[in-house]
Amino acid sequence: MLLTVVILLPLIAAGLLMAVPQLDGRSATWVWVAASAADLALVGWMWWRFEPGTGASGVVGGIGYETDVQWIPTVDAGYHVGVDGLSLPLIALTAVLFLACAVWSLRQPDRPRLQAALFLFLETACLGTFASLDLILFFVFFDLTIVGMYFVIAGWGHGNARRSALKFFLYTFVGSLALLLGFIGLFLGSDTRTFDMVTLAQDPPLAGQPVAGGLVLLAIGLGLAIKTPVFPFHTWLPDAHTDAPAAGSAILAGILLKLGTYGFVRIAMPILPDAWQRWALVPVVIGVISVLWGALAALAQTDLKRMIAYTSVNHMGYVLLGLGAAGMVAADTGARTLATIGAVYQMVAHGLLTGALFLLTGVLWSRGRTYAFDKWGGLARPAPVFAALLAVAAFGALGLPGFASFVAEFQVFTGALQASPVATVIAVVGILVTAGLFLVALQRLLAGPTVVPDDDPEQDDEPSTDGGSTTLVRARTGSLRDMSAAELVAVVPLLALAIVLGLFPRALLDVIEPAARTVAELVAR
Amino acid sequence: MTPAVTSLVLLLTLPAATGVCLLVLGRRADRVAGPLAVVSTVIAVVLAGVVADRRPRVSLPFLGIVDGGDLLFAVDGLSAVLVVLVAVVALLITVFAVVDLRPQAARARFFGFFLLFIAAMSATVTAVTFPALLLGWEVMGATSYALIGYHWQEPGKLNAGARAFLTTRAGDLGLYVAAGAALAGTGGLLIGDTVSAADGWQDVAAAGVLVAALGKSAQLPFSAWLSGAMQGPSPVSALLHSATMVAAGGYLLLRTQPLLAQTGWAASTAAWAGGLTALVMGAIAVAQRDLKQLLAASTAAQIGFVVLAAGAGVVAGGTAQLVAHAAVKAGLFVAAGAWLTSLGTKQLTGLRGAARRYRGIGAAATVAALSLGGIPPLSLWATKEEVLSGVDGAALRVVGLAASALSAVYAARMLVVLLVRPVGDEGLDDEEPGTRRVPGPATAVALVLAAAAAFLGALALPAVGSRLGQLVGAEPESGVATADLLLGGALAMLAFAGTVILLRFRPAVIEALSRSPLGSWGGLGHLLSPRPAIVLARAVATVDDRVIDRAVLGLAAAVRGLASLVSRADGSIVDGAVRGTARAFRRAGTAARRPQTGLLHQYYAQAAAGLGLLLVLLVTVR
Repeated sequence: MLLTVVILLPLIAAGLLMAVPQLDGRSATWVWVAASAADLALVGWMWWRFEPGTGASGVVGGIGYETDVQWIPTVDAGYHVGVDGLSLPLIALTAVLFLACAVWSLRQPDRPRLQAALFLFLETACLGTFASLDLILFFVFFDLTIVGMYFVIAGWGHGNARRSALKFFLYTFVGSLALLLGFIGLFLGSDTRTFDMVTLAQDPPLAGQPVAGGLVLLAIGLGLAIKTPVFPFHTWLPDAHTDAPAAGSAILAGILLKLGTYGFVRIAMPILPDAWQRWALVPVVIGVISVLWGALAALAQTDLKRMIAYTSVNHMGYVLLGLGAAGMVAADTGARTLATIGAVYQMVAHGLLTGALFLLTGVLWSRGRTYAFDKWGGLARPAPVFAALLAVAAFGALGLPGFASFVAEFQVFTGALQASPVATVIAVVGILVTAGLFLVALQRLLAGPTVVPDDDPEQDDEPSTDGGSTTLVRARTGSLRDMSAAELVAVVPLLALAIVLGLFPRALLDVIEPAARTVAELVAR
Repeated sequence: MTPAVTSLVLLLTLPAATGVCLLVLGRRADRVAGPLAVVSTVIAVVLAGVVADRRPRVSLPFLGIVDGGDLLFAVDGLSAVLVVLVAVVALLITVFAVVDLRPQAARARFFGFFLLFIAAMSATVTAVTFPALLLGWEVMGATSYALIGYHWQEPGKLNAGARAFLTTRAGDLGLYVAAGAALAGTGGLLIGDTVSAADGWQDVAAAGVLVAALGKSAQLPFSAWLSGAMQGPSPVSALLHSATMVAAGGYLLLRTQPLLAQTGWAASTAAWAGGLTALVMGAIAVAQRDLKQLLAASTAAQIGFVVLAAGAGVVAGGTAQLVAHAAVKAGLFVAAGAWLTSLGTKQLTGLRGAARRYRGIGAAATVAALSLGGIPPLSLWATKEEVLSGVDGAALRVVGLAASALSAVYAARMLVVLLVRPVGDEGLDDEEPGTRRVPGPATAVALVLAAAAAFLGALALPAVGSRLGQLVGAEPESGVATADLLLGGALAMLAFAGTVILLRFRPAVIEALSRSPLGSWGGLGHLLSPRPAIVLARAVATVDDRVIDRAVLGLAAAVRGLASLVSRADGSIVDGAVRGTARAFRRAGTAARRPQTGLLHQYYAQAAAGLGLLLVLLVTVR
């Protein structure tokens, strides 16, 4: 019941916001902040009371806050939700990141009431996807996130927003159709004819049918790979990010990408262990290609936001590498478990750090309406706080020990080396390229002579009514407003959390480890 | 927690915590940063003494599942030597930094990163597990980036920091692989266990460790980052090049010497890498015109002897060399830094007679430089001979002897310039406006280090050396034969004297050397060029845009084309068929109206014709 409240609370708040049109924008955003904060508090309570269990626990048992209500009895689909060590960290991440985005948006002037309602709707969709233990329910929530994000990008984006939003929608929607096809395959292949994930994982369908199992895995894998995204299905990502608003980008990278990787570890691995083992080399290879391709493509970008978008491809590649290695059962169980833990940890670490990075790019957009590297320079002089936070986030994203990303990547690498030595050694090079590209970005933006774009749009927010088309050109070299209080309150906790989880990972590992152990065991069946 | 364990935890966390506080407070803490840093490092020296004596071991929870996933730090003999060395050198250089930094400098940022860096080095030398080692090792690299790029406002400085970080990180990849090999081969993440790793994982681990150490210690082929690292403030150079960072690679190889020896090939690779680095970087040092560049090249060369020692299995000798070199090089960098601040130059031409201008620090630098040259009875003479005594194989021995002769040559080159009488037309202030004074604490620090540089040779004396050997847990070494010692000393003095004479009568030879490729580090910098990566990245990005994205968009366009085709087919064929049918019916209707003329005779004729037709039909069908 508590979990249902957590899932639906944002939606109710969104309904309230839509029902009271006379609410002014500022109060509407405060409602958003309050609802997200309340949701986070409830998730915190859930975390506090959650018993991760000892040994292997989760996925097929030891699920907390479970609710199972019949919905479509003819196909045994139901409202079945619950949390375990795989979903709880991501649910918590969702709550944290949405609150950060709410705080970030406090000063946002463009249709704030509608925006708040939309984000709250999106929060429900994301939480619902992570909490689902039923394939149909998962699919419904999964598609709702796509719909919500489409409107966020199309409605509040900039540049070529409509085109990018459409590209995002169609691409990921096609992916979700493949996913649905796979789910139907699971349903038809199961002995009990059910869509229930727990039942399916206990008694995996299509066990003795390598061809059918492989095809179903292909459909599911394709759908999730587009969402994640991994090479070569990633090209919607840079466009969507470049044209999305800062908060939208943070959610897109921080949460929506995780729906893909989460699907692998929650659905593909435990329910299709046979096929996953047989085809484990495919995710490993695709993961390694994504790692290098994403990092190299990022290195060549001339636009900060596109660059960060490509690093997401790189970071998600590590997840796939870890999960693929977990399927190579010739390797030691301890190593495979470590790789699985690393992959799940990476989802959280990437959510926090990339979320922070995308919010920070919003500072540049709100001040100068551009992300191009050549339009900015020497920002450490006028905006030292921004510079410091960007540097911290960059070092976090490049996987420096002391940040959560190191805990994740170290476990992925060490765990995967035995299973697939060549692939892992190639993938390790990825952290060097990432380091290079972030240092280059810092150097271009923060050091050297101070350069800022000529017109500060904050000065002419009001559309000019004097009828003239002349743009006021001011020589504004050397001045840039540093971070505002709201911006600080949104970004600093994300980075602080990334550092805390980098130095004291037990808090999170205690929850993840039992579930990851279960996944590693289930996949070896 | 026992007091010893607490001391170790504090040794690792106190400087780090102080540093982070200073960084967070920023310029507000500028005034207290210096004193706070001195206090922290003094406490660190005390703590280091305690842990060196009590040898505690502390485990902090980190990763689970596998053995050695925790952050395990422990002090054994080798660590004991290193923690004390790091703490003492850090304290001395912190004192120097307090007086050397400009009054208006961002001191909180400087000392914040400085303290973090020191803590990271302490963690590196006490780490027992791979996660602990990487934590110290990589944070040290990252803070070195911030310290080298401290003057980020000036063009090129941050770039030098980035180059240092990226080069050392390229080596660090080896540690990630080594950790994976340890897990695969031993089921745990303990560094010491890699020696017993199974099925070839031992070789993988050894290769990883070797690459990481060569990168950090600026051995060939990674050496060039040291040249750029000279862009950092002098105290940073002094710290990086003495007891930390560059020393960390040598330390790691000494620590993993059993692993290297077990594989065989790794030990000989290390020995050759160290020996060749000592030779090549020695030659490069001779050709430098800039004092800090000369010292940087000589650092790589001297640490080369440590790497050689690890390869040859002379752990005690390598440790002695590491310790003695730390004192020598810290002293020389303090002197170079003090001159840079007071005279505004680090070019050898500008520094002519610098030792005479400021006699205290000049004396310290002279002793340290003589020691660097391996002149008896000073420290590096003895330690280097101890290292070389363990080297098997004539070729490598010759390389080592040549390298140690080269150290005498560059020491002589440096000293001749520093000790001549200044003529007054030196190009001063080409770097920055000099203050024309050397503060007392700087001289004091340099003198302390010079004293250490003179007397640490005792570490190689049989009596002390065997104690040191027991301390670092090395197998008993044969010790240096007196003949070898004398021969080495004679060789060094000969080289030294030869250089002095050469400089006196044929200075053009050294000038020609400076203009040769050796003067610009022999093109080693090109090895670290990021250009191939950038070209590859551009190609990848182009393929991404032009091929993959184009393919997706092409697919979408194809679907649209198909849709319009279907739409057209819908209009012309499907709907056309419907309309055609309708038209046919209309025509049929029109045709059907035509016989209805209303004329009776025509109806009869039609009826007759119809009946006839029916009759014919009937007949034919029957």
